[in-house]
Amino acid sequence: MILGVILLLLAAGVLAWASERFAGVNAPRVVSVAAFAVGLAWAISEWLGGPDANGLFAAQDMAWIPRFGISVALSMDGLSLLMVALTMFLGIVAVVSSWEEIESGHGFFQFNILWVMAGVVGVFTAMDLFLFFFFWEVMLIPMYFLIAIWGHENKSYASMKFFLFTQISGLLMLLAILALVFVHFRSSGEITFSYEKLLGADIDPAIAMWLMLGFFAAFATKLPSVPVHTWLPDAHTQAPTAGSVILAGILLKTGAYGLIRIAVPLFPEASVDFSFWAMLLGAVSILYGGFMAFSQSDFKRLVAYSSIAHMGFILIGIYAFNEVGMQGAIVTMVAHGFSTAALFMMAGALQHRLHTREMTRMGGLWVRAPRMGVMTLFFVVASVGMPGLGNFVGEFLALLGAFEKNVPLAVAATVGIVVAAVYGLYLMQQSFQGTPNPDVAEMADFGARDMSVMILMAAALVWVGVYPQPVLDLAGATIATLGVLP
Amino acid sequence: MTAALISALLPLLVLAGGIVVLLVVVAWLRSDVVAFAGALVVLGAAIAAMPLALAAGVQDVDGLLDIDGYALFFQGLFAVAAVATAVLSYRYLKPRAAHAQEFYILLLVATLGAAVTASTDHFAGFLLGIEVLSISLYAMIAYPQEGRGPLEAAAKYLVLSGAGTSTMLFGMALIYVVTGTLEFAPAADIGTNQHLLLAVGQAMLLIGVFFKLSLVPFHMWTPDVYQGAPAPVTGFVATVSKAAVFAVLMRYALDVGVLDADADVLRNVIVVVAVLSMIAGNLLALLQINIKRLLAYSSIAHMGYLLIAVVVAATPEVRSFGVETALVYLAGYVVMTLAAFGVVTVLSNAEEDAEELTAYDGLFWRRPVLAAVLAAAALSLAGIPLTVGFIAKFYLVAAGVDGAAWILVWALIVGSAIGIYYYLRIVFSMTKRPETETETEIESLPIAWEGVVAVVMLGVSIVVLGVFPAPVVDFVGALAGP
Repeated sequence: MILGVILLLLAAGVLAWASERFAGVNAPRVVSVAAFAVGLAWAISEWLGGPDANGLFAAQDMAWIPRFGISVALSMDGLSLLMVALTMFLGIVAVVSSWEEIESGHGFFQFNILWVMAGVVGVFTAMDLFLFFFFWEVMLIPMYFLIAIWGHENKSYASMKFFLFTQISGLLMLLAILALVFVHFRSSGEITFSYEKLLGADIDPAIAMWLMLGFFAAFATKLPSVPVHTWLPDAHTQAPTAGSVILAGILLKTGAYGLIRIAVPLFPEASVDFSFWAMLLGAVSILYGGFMAFSQSDFKRLVAYSSIAHMGFILIGIYAFNEVGMQGAIVTMVAHGFSTAALFMMAGALQHRLHTREMTRMGGLWVRAPRMGVMTLFFVVASVGMPGLGNFVGEFLALLGAFEKNVPLAVAATVGIVVAAVYGLYLMQQSFQGTPNPDVAEMADFGARDMSVMILMAAALVWVGVYPQPVLDLAGATIATLGVLP
Repeated sequence: MTAALISALLPLLVLAGGIVVLLVVVAWLRSDVVAFAGALVVLGAAIAAMPLALAAGVQDVDGLLDIDGYALFFQGLFAVAAVATAVLSYRYLKPRAAHAQEFYILLLVATLGAAVTASTDHFAGFLLGIEVLSISLYAMIAYPQEGRGPLEAAAKYLVLSGAGTSTMLFGMALIYVVTGTLEFAPAADIGTNQHLLLAVGQAMLLIGVFFKLSLVPFHMWTPDVYQGAPAPVTGFVATVSKAAVFAVLMRYALDVGVLDADADVLRNVIVVVAVLSMIAGNLLALLQINIKRLLAYSSIAHMGYLLIAVVVAATPEVRSFGVETALVYLAGYVVMTLAAFGVVTVLSNAEEDAEELTAYDGLFWRRPVLAAVLAAAALSLAGIPLTVGFIAKFYLVAAGVDGAAWILVWALIVGSAIGIYYYLRIVFSMTKRPETETETEIESLPIAWEGVVAVVMLGVSIVVLGVFPAPVVDFVGALAGP
């Protein structure tokens, strides 16, 4: 069934591409939204259906390349389900957010969106390392096209940088995967890429550290963490709105997911040894991302840097190695998906209306577009960590976990929340408050389509913030089965 | 001659017989279509004879040829590549040559030469095959009547390839002086692996082979020849002639054991050449604005990657995996390179080849099908999943890790990282939007439909083999077996 959903997205991509020719420019969008809606409905129905005895909502396994013990093994437990549902939802958001922005190549645009998302769903459900890597790379090319074709003024530089960073770190992961497989082969005599079988691999600690670093390099680049974050501000800023929504909302989460699912469970001892450095990178990312965000004058770039800071909380949460921290990381993954997607959608809407992302050329926009102002305020406040909204729960839990493990780093990371409030309010003041900019006489407000998506995301954040238990339960079941916590 | 022997030789016999028949036919009937169709029939018959030959098992033909699964794999690959080359050449040669009949005969002769090269374990067969191949290639490169490019390329190729062959021949003579046999005899049997003359002979042989494979530092001729040669012939040179020489190098290296543990020097030489080729090939490709030259440098890098398989296969435990890696990689390499040159061929007009990278600007919006094939080929050469190039690269990294050839694996990773940049540049230029409407008008030339069919089939193979590699992997694994 999981494979069916992935194939559905792939097939919908082809259909969307073809439909532009015979059914006009709206057909690809409709196909795209319908495919994501079906996917979302499927994820929710699996959720309501409850897990089986192994805690899995869906699973399948069939041979692919038997010569190397590679199989199409997909399964969906709590964490995967959460991520797949988020993916489908943000797919709809991405399509809606770019409804008016894209001027040509509508079919191919939707094709790329659907194919990225198909790759993402594969990454979130793959139980075979070869398959995982396969989907990891499948995400890459369509995303590259989204930036390279429909991006803004500096798109070729940004898309190339994005591709090179991801691809090179991906090659390191491929090397680590193969080395792990052959280490396992030497000790067990069985050549396999199966995640479950490799979990039990008997690895020399010195080698395990190197292999873990191979995976960590790939995931930290995608996350991203300082010092391999430099692709992110460019890619996010230059991408079309839908591209930014997907990048920030979902693609960054694949890095976090990889750390939780692959890097830590496969190499628990090496990860514990490495945890101080990972938490340090997390704390540095939080502070660095925050300060950089504050020094931007470009609306989109500011949000992009704030993502780096938020991803730092995920990193310290995961490497705190306790249940609270891990829960915090997972809740942050979900909450950040909504809040940042909404802010990028806002940035896209502003650019579409004003033809600029510079905040110096905005100001007082609330008067012109009160609905946009309200929504921006809501998501800025969510993003800075206001209690009662999802991001607060995630970051609070991550910090709580980190505090148990390393007090100085947790304190440093907490300073990041203050910084977040500063750049968040700065963003709000520069764009929507203050004296109305005389250059902006008229500005269309959000219509029903945009507002409905915004309100849905806001509702989701309130739900996660006020009643996070369902999310915590889903994540908790996965954390328990990973078996990495003491 | 037994029936089994004849079955084993059938593909070669069909090719050779077909050439003679076609020569006679062409003497009476000067028609391009007949020669073209005749060549396709001969190649088709040779391919059809493959299962029979495979069923005959391993056959040794007078010590000169060794028809085993390995040899037949290459023969089949060459026949398929020749079919693609013939189909692509048909419309391409029309405005360039008044009579194209001999071209198809030369193509068959070159294929025969390549097939012999890949099937031999004897120096005589080696030389025979490689000369038959090279001499036909000179003529094929120089075939178009107009323009300086082809002639210049042919002359360059003639001189440098000739130099390579003579170096090789000298090496063979020196080896013969020491070993007293022209067969690829295991060095251990002779017990003279440390002999100075033998070492010099092997070094000269390797230099000749490196020339033919255009490995750094013997690569200088490659970009010029690739650029000057007619596009379909460039594709043939890049695939069939490279694969043939590689096949014989691998067989020689494994039969004689030149890379075994006690032959450190040669092993190190190959490692150094491989690393240099991967890095220099990729770096130089970055600077190109001509797609044929770009693909030339990229082929240098790919030959460097392939040497990993040779080095790995020298270790007895991973020998069959190393051979399997080489076969899979070459199969993938042939398909994706032919697809790339195929698109260049189909887009070429009567006057000149579509070789400037700027000619590909916005191709996605003008000719989506051809652009998709070229994109698949470029991404495949870069080793991105969903393409056969990824499976091939996966094999190489796996073999390198299995054989603990760490230096080579790291060079491969650095090399592919650089490579992504220029392969993506091709893809990127195709996605550019046309600046003005007039640009789209220029391109509305008639396009050879049979060429389009050929490149689309190659493009589809790239993706299908990339997504469902299991049948090919199993088949090749069985061929490479112990």
